[in-house]
Amino acid sequence: MAEEFVHLAVAGTEGQDLEINMGPQHPSTHGVMRFVVKLKGEVVESVQPHCGYIHRGIEKMCESLSYPQIIHLTDRMDYLSAHINNEAVCLAVEKALNIEVSDRIKYIRTIIAELNRIASHLLWWSSMCMDMGAVTPYFYAFRDREKILDIFEETTGGRLLYSYNCPGGLMNDIHPNFQKRVKEFIPYFRKSFKEYDELVTGNVIFQNRTMGIGLLTREQAIAYGVTGPAGRGSGFACDVRKRAPYSAYDKVQFNEILYNEGDSFARYKVRMDEMLESLKIIEQLIDNIPEGSYVEKMKAVIKLPEGEYFQQVETARGELVVHIISDGNKTPYRVKFRSPCLSTLSVMDLISRNQKIADLIAIGGSLDLVIPDIDR
Amino acid sequence: MQGVLYDFTGLIQSIDAVFRASMSDLWATVLEYAIIGIIYLVIYALIGLFLVYAERKVCAFIQVRLGPNRVGPKGFFQTIADFIKLLLKENIKIKNADGVLFNLAPFIVIVASFLTFGTVPFAKGLQGIDLNIGVFFIMAVSSMGVVGILLGGWSSNSKYSLIGAMRSGAQIVSYELSVGLSLVTMVILTGTMQLSQIIELQSDGWFIFKGHIPALISLIIMMIAGTAEINRGPFDLAEAESELTAGYHTEYSGIKFAFFYLSEYMNMFVVSALVATVFFGGWMPLHIGSWQAFNHIMDFIPPIIWFILKSFALMYVIMLFKWTFPRLRIDQLLKLEWQYLLPISLFNVLLMAFVVYMKWYF
Amino acid sequence: MTNQQLEEVVKRLGVEAVISEAQFLTVEVPFDKLFDLARNLKENEQTQMDYLILITGVDYVSSFGCTYLLTSTTHNHYMVLKTRNIDKANPRVDSVTSLWQTAEYHEREIYDLMGITFNNHPDMRRMFLDESWVGHPLRKDYVDESNIIERKY
Repeated sequence: MAEEFVHLAVAGTEGQDLEINMGPQHPSTHGVMRFVVKLKGEVVESVQPHCGYIHRGIEKMCESLSYPQIIHLTDRMDYLSAHINNEAVCLAVEKALNIEVSDRIKYIRTIIAELNRIASHLLWWSSMCMDMGAVTPYFYAFRDREKILDIFEETTGGRLLYSYNCPGGLMNDIHPNFQKRVKEFIPYFRKSFKEYDELVTGNVIFQNRTMGIGLLTREQAIAYGVTGPAGRGSGFACDVRKRAPYSAYDKVQFNEILYNEGDSFARYKVRMDEMLESLKIIEQLIDNIPEGSYVEKMKAVIKLPEGEYFQQVETARGELVVHIISDGNKTPYRVKFRSPCLSTLSVMDLISRNQKIADLIAIGGSLDLVIPDIDR
Repeated sequence: MQGVLYDFTGLIQSIDAVFRASMSDLWATVLEYAIIGIIYLVIYALIGLFLVYAERKVCAFIQVRLGPNRVGPKGFFQTIADFIKLLLKENIKIKNADGVLFNLAPFIVIVASFLTFGTVPFAKGLQGIDLNIGVFFIMAVSSMGVVGILLGGWSSNSKYSLIGAMRSGAQIVSYELSVGLSLVTMVILTGTMQLSQIIELQSDGWFIFKGHIPALISLIIMMIAGTAEINRGPFDLAEAESELTAGYHTEYSGIKFAFFYLSEYMNMFVVSALVATVFFGGWMPLHIGSWQAFNHIMDFIPPIIWFILKSFALMYVIMLFKWTFPRLRIDQLLKLEWQYLLPISLFNVLLMAFVVYMKWYF
Repeated sequence: MTNQQLEEVVKRLGVEAVISEAQFLTVEVPFDKLFDLARNLKENEQTQMDYLILITGVDYVSSFGCTYLLTSTTHNHYMVLKTRNIDKANPRVDSVTSLWQTAEYHEREIYDLMGITFNNHPDMRRMFLDESWVGHPLRKDYVDESNIIERKY
């Protein structure tokens, strides 16, 4: 027995192959995902993801549901950008039916989408820091997230999953307090953001653990279809809000954040800067919400004309594309969701090669995967 | 100042005289040993319990929340509840674990921690044992804790515990160098290793002020290396690596786990008590040279209160480390020690020796 | 490039394609000509379709189909590449993984849920479902009494 132990001790350190299972239940994979990691000593040789633990067959379910009902399923894919997912389907249906929604609807959708983006990035920030060992940011970020969720609850009724959009507009008009509360939130968040930035971004320990880790070049990002902040951290200008603007994005001024280094720190910085950009967008819109109706007149039963319809949106994680194939019935023939996290997952193996096992957590955190989005 | 609260030597000697008068020398000695042992066990457990509670409250304060506040007034009895729970837990028998060593490991860890605890000077005359090699003894005995950790990891019969234990062992052994060199630097300044003498010598000013620059460098290195020694704060990769291995104490449950846990907190107390003694004067009130009036005012506060305040302030700083910074990776940790702290400590020793030779201290 | 110009490029490549204009320019080719056209579109200087956004597997009741949405990061134009006549009895299409690595996961998903096998795919196995699963759930004729409940809509 003693020889066996010495062997194992030496094997762990000297460079024999070790296969480790980061199983479906795991504190740092945010969701149920299984990674089989092959190690040579401390160095990662390959990372094999096994998905499907939360595959619910959303695409199949959509084939038997009507269009307003599909929206409730999209909430549950990337639940941190629930509103943006809803928006994708609504925009696709409105485009197919050639309905032009009023400006009021567009403005409100955009404001709520940007608040959703901030909430999602706050959660990402807190869990990335927690995985690296700094537990305190978790509480600070959730305190701020509570403020956003309170605003949402007042208007939409939900904290995480809203279903506030419907084809043709919104379910209800915004609450009278909405504008006031959002305007209070903006300076408050600016101040606390500065604090967070100094605390974590400037920390030498944190920088040492993320700089130079998990390099992804721009060509690889394009080839593997990595969009969102992960792609923009490698210099791939993929922001759908700029390439194919929808809702009110063509009416606001904001920058597309690009960093060229392609390491975990660059991806981290992209998301931090994006939070500030979202604040800028909200600031430009919140005072000028035009009067109008909050929902357009639609038929009771929605039937899309025959054909194929695409809609791209920018969720907090990347480019979500909804592809609806309709044959004229009240339920779609085929719905396909191109989820951003599936493509981001495909580079996990590529960028983890030759990194140490402890860096795997930093890489996973910086890629910001939400597993239900992968599995749908 | 006189009075029992300020100088315990009188009280202790009178108790000693009572014992020796009423029974033979041998029995008196045995009785004294027994009483001191029991008192120390009780104090050890009480301070440990309090520290666990304090950490949770400090952590909550940093994280803008309340912390335990249900069990007892302001949650004061939370740790007792946790302790009772741990005692009642099942002692899981590990198949193929080396029986004797598996059970021995937590005892070695707690015994090493307890031995260092016995030499801590709480107040004038209130010290378990006052060896003339005090500082050296503390360092030597605290190294025994590594043996316990390695044994725990090895005998758990799990490759992950073993890897975690070896990492922890490597970390502790590396950082002992820096701790040792810091203390050696201060011993050069003090001229003695006996803890009570070190404190007496600070009666006209603490060594952190007397030793100015080299003492300050020494303090900073000691705080960093001390935190790494006790596997705490940003250096807790070996035990908090829940992503991969769960550390050397995975397989332990119930009271044995409580020993590992308690010894970690008590080590923190001993490290901060040691820093308080060597750098900040232990139980010596803040005196400034020969400012009689000021010194008199400072002397009003009993020494034991001074000691408690100093060590708790240092423990608060150590707790702040843990809840503010992310973790270091194992190779960054070792790199910090071997490439940065060790050369600086070596240079600091030379600097202090030079300063003492040239009498450039206060 | 506008749809008009894209259409001309495709015609010049000499592939027998059915070109229509829906939301984006839609080019429909037989499944055996798909890979060549895709490679041309990627390497052609004027189109430079270097980013494959999605691949959808569709079950038209008499056959299978695959729809590819392509775009160019330099020119910012979109094109839909379709194929409709994949044989139901033996569904096989050429994999485009050698052109766009992102197709690796998309094609595995289609294989898993629809049953279309891709030739020259580096890792053709199921993605979400267990290896031992029988059947391909997204097919229109898929029946599973225990897992699928028919709703009377």
